[in-house]
Amino acid sequence: MAKITASVYTSHVPAIGAALDLGKDQEPYWQPLFKGYDFSKQWLKDNKPDVIFLVYNDHATAFSLEMIPTFAIGTAAEFTPADEGWGPRPVPKVIGHPELASHIAQSVIQDDFDLTIVNKMDVDHGLTVPLSLMCGQPDAWPCPIIPFAVNVVQYPVPSGQRCYKLGQAIRKAIESYDEPLKVQIWGTGGMSHQLQGPRAGLINREFDNAFLDQLIADPAAQAAVPHIDYVREAGSEGIELVMWLIARGAMADVNGGAKPKLVHRFYHVPASNTAVGHLILENQA
Amino acid sequence: MALEKPYTNVPGTTIFDAEQSRLGYHLNQFCMSLMKAENRTRFKANERAYLDEWPMSEEQKQAVLARDLNWCIRLGGNIYFLAKIGATDGRSFQQMAGSMTGMTEEEYRDMMISGGRSAEGNRYTGEGGDAQAHRQPQGRAGQKASA
Repeated sequence: MAKITASVYTSHVPAIGAALDLGKDQEPYWQPLFKGYDFSKQWLKDNKPDVIFLVYNDHATAFSLEMIPTFAIGTAAEFTPADEGWGPRPVPKVIGHPELASHIAQSVIQDDFDLTIVNKMDVDHGLTVPLSLMCGQPDAWPCPIIPFAVNVVQYPVPSGQRCYKLGQAIRKAIESYDEPLKVQIWGTGGMSHQLQGPRAGLINREFDNAFLDQLIADPAAQAAVPHIDYVREAGSEGIELVMWLIARGAMADVNGGAKPKLVHRFYHVPASNTAVGHLILENQA
Repeated sequence: MALEKPYTNVPGTTIFDAEQSRLGYHLNQFCMSLMKAENRTRFKANERAYLDEWPMSEEQKQAVLARDLNWCIRLGGNIYFLAKIGATDGRSFQQMAGSMTGMTEEEYRDMMISGGRSAEGNRYTGEGGDAQAHRQPQGRAGQKASA
């Protein structure tokens, strides 16, 4: 049977992608940030999964105001990096895993989560920047990827609680798949940032680090935190952090298994307008 | 029953909810059209004529022409959509975000490098933080305004 081996959490700031694409990653501004991912790149090589289930949000790229799915699972064979207005990022196309994605959709929908099934979708920086941070600049991404887009653009976004429970349903779905695949689940976005209005530039180091502590140690308590706390403390766009709860909810300890092992933790301010946070948690065999 | 909005007392912040989304539908969809290179070219060639193809309010068009992002947001714009205008103009997200504070690009960048804007005094309207209405615009522009 397939199993979830680890979860990875990271911010997905677009400027990080631009810095890498334009060869600025060794400049003094960016160097400390990329250094925080040196461990992670090696870790991913040493712990190569068969599939990555990548939770992210679309930023008015594939989904305009014509349609706003709360949870959308990409079941296509491949996904093209989007032109977000600056031209597409020069990164490999994303190869999907239609069989596993369809299996997850079937299981999770029957578990009472109403996913939108997407067979044609360009993927934006929300999905490609985490891959760049974890893989560098390869000719191809290391494995197939299932994009899972969450609406965090138009309020109301799903609650932390809903995301956490959805993660549990995704874990059940993956672990009922017959093929013995090693699957990683990634939760992306955040950390504290606000991109709009006179409060733009808000960063809350204390909130972010308390979030990381609690996400690791007591995710059920973190899931109970209401939206407004994220908005007030971590900025209007800090609400993206609810997506980390999907990945955390998919870990074994939530279902009575062993506590995951924290193998890497990193925090850095700033990347453009945003605080960058990053964790790797491994399930114990 | 009216929509519950626990977020209206956060200073300097507009939550893009269903009401804002309705108000800004055509404004945001206009922004979306700028994801196509040919539309960016047409918009840049004659902004007013391009805007007139959209059923936006006159005020929304004026806000776009003025590149006043706070004004656009008051009229229902969302930053991820408005960013397409910035991309068309060749501006970064940081330049766009900074423009809404009244700070110069350099002042805003320096604030971020020093750890960003503090949440202290900026959690509820009526506190004393730098994002509060009575402290706009920020940076040297604000010092000039109050001098």
